Amino acid sequence: MLKDITLGQFFPGSSPIHKMDARFKLILTVAFIVMLFMAKNKWGLLIGAVFTLMTFLISRIPFTMMWKSIKPIIPLVMFTAVLNLFFVKTGEELFKWKFILITDEGLDTAIFMVSRIVLLIVGSSLLTYTTSPIDLTDAIERLLSPLKRFGVPVHALAMMMTIALRFIPTLLEETDKIMNAQKARGSELDTGSFRDKVKGMIPIFIPLFVSSFRRAEELATAMECRCYHGGEGRTRMKQLHITYIDWIGCIYMAIFIAGVVAANIIIQS
Amino acid sequence: MSAEGFLEAKNVVFSYVNESEEPPVKNEVLHGVSLSVKKGEFVAVLGHNGSGKSTLAKCFNAINIPDSGTVTVAGMSTADEEKLLEIRKTAGMVFQNPDNQIVATIVEEDCAFALENLGVEPSEIRRRVDEALKTVGMYEYRMHAPHKLSGGQKQRVAIAGILAMKPDCILLDEPTAMLDPRGRKEVMETIKRLNAEQGVTIVLITHYMEEAAQAKRVVVIDGGNILMDGTPREIFPQVEKLKSIGLDVPQATELVWRLRQRGYDLPADIITEEECAEAVFGLFKKSSRERVL
Repeated sequence: MLKDITLGQFFPGSSPIHKMDARFKLILTVAFIVMLFMAKNKWGLLIGAVFTLMTFLISRIPFTMMWKSIKPIIPLVMFTAVLNLFFVKTGEELFKWKFILITDEGLDTAIFMVSRIVLLIVGSSLLTYTTSPIDLTDAIERLLSPLKRFGVPVHALAMMMTIALRFIPTLLEETDKIMNAQKARGSELDTGSFRDKVKGMIPIFIPLFVSSFRRAEELATAMECRCYHGGEGRTRMKQLHITYIDWIGCIYMAIFIAGVVAANIIIQS
Repeated sequence: MSAEGFLEAKNVVFSYVNESEEPPVKNEVLHGVSLSVKKGEFVAVLGHNGSGKSTLAKCFNAINIPDSGTVTVAGMSTADEEKLLEIRKTAGMVFQNPDNQIVATIVEEDCAFALENLGVEPSEIRRRVDEALKTVGMYEYRMHAPHKLSGGQKQRVAIAGILAMKPDCILLDEPTAMLDPRGRKEVMETIKRLNAEQGVTIVLITHYMEEAAQAKRVVVIDGGNILMDGTPREIFPQVEKLKSIGLDVPQATELVWRLRQRGYDLPADIITEEECAEAVFGLFKKSSRERVL
């Protein structure tokens, strides 16, 4: 059933990483990405890898999840590897066959780039594994709130995200129903050429759109009934609390960044 | 109905305007409706589709503002924009489709929505959300995603979302129309308990006669006018009149009515199945005794 899909990749738990403030996690994830790009040599990346592994262990997310996050980017990783392997022509020759030339520098760069991409994905997917979509939306709203002064409708954007998250399963379920209804009326959705399949989608999307608009109107009325009047004067039930865990997280991150910087300087000299 | 009621509609005329046509077409739905509901009452509003019953309910919530006539909620006129939030806080509304009135992705977050809008203190929100969820029996589900709940559960979450505002009155617009029998029962029991234990004024719009029979007062609307107004025992025995406007009566009342037409001696004002069974049983006993004699 379409209904059973999990929203986002949230993996509930009670590890220190789960307990961290979503705002800190968001900022630290950005810091992590910066750290990866700061690393100029493999030692720096190795530190990044140790960091990623340790964080994964602390979060108690099963390692199979790590693999799940890498799977979709395998083509990209392969592409990067092949590109670097064959097109870096400097350095000592390792292997030569007709026009193919592989050098040790090429191999080094390929490994370096691949590990960087893999670490990037694995590390940042930890954010979505340990943070519920609601907390994430909340964190984004609060982090962006200074932009309100420049007329950015931060609250409206966050509200839209929340409603979208809320209605994705509902609309998926509805799509399922409409598809079944159209199948019962003899429409063939799975067979025929690509053109036929695309055409077959029209009788599914039109009722879906119509009902979405109806839903939107009803939801707007229901929200009005519950005294919704925009973001002004609104409070939140869940307050985000900065605890000692967040500061430990910052220190933890700072140590690794320092490690990467140190690796850069030491290897250079 | 002389004293000022809690919900008060006086000569309300309301029409929907279809502006997509040229010139705009005006469709008058309510033709001068007057209705007064006292605090703590449990009123069922009956009427078939298009009779104007939902329109009337939306007038009490300041979603619809009447063209002429006045609607007041606890003395506040719905035409007064300043009082809008106060009115909606006093008279909360629950709609038919539970899916289209739940805003957040977690039950307790949704329940907190109204209070967050009103700018209530976070700790107070927490307290009232827990209380409301416990009242409707959904506290164990507070961390669930709404789309994983059954229809009856979703509707109870929607009621909790209104209840958290601590309204004096809840208007329910066919809250059970999309539910299965079990969900209907859950919702009806919640509504009845709110009325009996917390004294919440209930206006229940429905087309299930069995539900209306559980109210203390029944108002029948047809074609934008109030046709009947009284206790269920006064209204339902008028079977012919109700049938003439396309409404049913509770099955028990209908059975008794048919038996009476055949000349059986039964009381006319029977509305529940238990009463009906009792009366029919009495009839059997009497006839068997007569046979023995």
